[in-house]
Amino acid sequence: MLQPAVNNKDHIQGSLSSPVILVEYGDFQCPHCRAAHPHVKMLIKHFGDKIGFVFRHFPLSEIHPMALGAALTAEAADNKGKFWEMYDAIFDQQELLEEGLPGLQLIIRSVGLNPGETEKEWTDKGITAKVNDDFESGILSGVNGTPSFFINGTKYNGAYDFSSMEKAIQKI
Amino acid sequence: MLQPGTKAPDFELHVTPDQSLKLSDLAGSPVVLIFYPADWSPVCGDEIALFNQAKPIFERYQAQLLGISVDGAWCHTAYSQANHIHFPLLADFEPKGAVSKSYGIYSPGGTAGRALFLIDGQGIIQYAHLSPDAINPGADGVLEKLKEIHQP
Repeated sequence: MLQPAVNNKDHIQGSLSSPVILVEYGDFQCPHCRAAHPHVKMLIKHFGDKIGFVFRHFPLSEIHPMALGAALTAEAADNKGKFWEMYDAIFDQQELLEEGLPGLQLIIRSVGLNPGETEKEWTDKGITAKVNDDFESGILSGVNGTPSFFINGTKYNGAYDFSSMEKAIQKI
Repeated sequence: MLQPGTKAPDFELHVTPDQSLKLSDLAGSPVVLIFYPADWSPVCGDEIALFNQAKPIFERYQAQLLGISVDGAWCHTAYSQANHIHFPLLADFEPKGAVSKSYGIYSPGGTAGRALFLIDGQGIIQYAHLSPDAINPGADGVLEKLKEIHQP
């Protein structure tokens, strides 16, 4: 079970009161999360106002060296109202993360933010706490790899392509 | 498979080619034993990578993480370095699988099963869980039990 339940600290596309809430625990440098990204976008488009989509951070920074920096960057972008724009930009240009920090800086510039200012926010207490809290909530919720999805609070263990997830959501 | 309430069998296994670790030397703090089939399984959904990342949470409860597989100490060393593993991986290598057998989770295929044990500071098993080889059980079950038995 998802814990804590979706709340107003979460980043959400759509409404918290949507009949279906899809939560993803993801790592910006995980190739499987990137592969899932377009399928998630299709689900959001397909279900429209019936679905709310929440993204929580689960950076596996020991195996993905830029995962934590990317998560902190998305949170820093949130302070400028650009969380989802940054989320899309990182997944769409994930290969740049292989170049390390210079690659991430290119992604930051691509959404019109300043890399130096953004990196300064990485040590902001609220931002690091949000990423750590997301990770810990994932561990407590039984996340066992990335991406992990929860549909209305219950862990989804199927494939993460559009049609498999669409079927699982329809059953609700 | 050994069940909760049982005394955890003691063992001494190699961590690196010239260092070994004895379970009873850790008495006094909780120990999470993570038996797993093999080093070098795919990474994003890997159980060792997951526990490695969650290690600071376990440390809040003074718990020590130990991984155990039948891989040799040289293999563990290479795997640990490549994946930045920050807890000991023990080699249940000679006689092969002896410790896995003593915990009742040795697989007919010749590897340790994917099993989790939580041992309390007195050496008693408090939690035991066996998963299919291909399923990473996650850290939630053992962490919940740890929180129950050990206040930080």
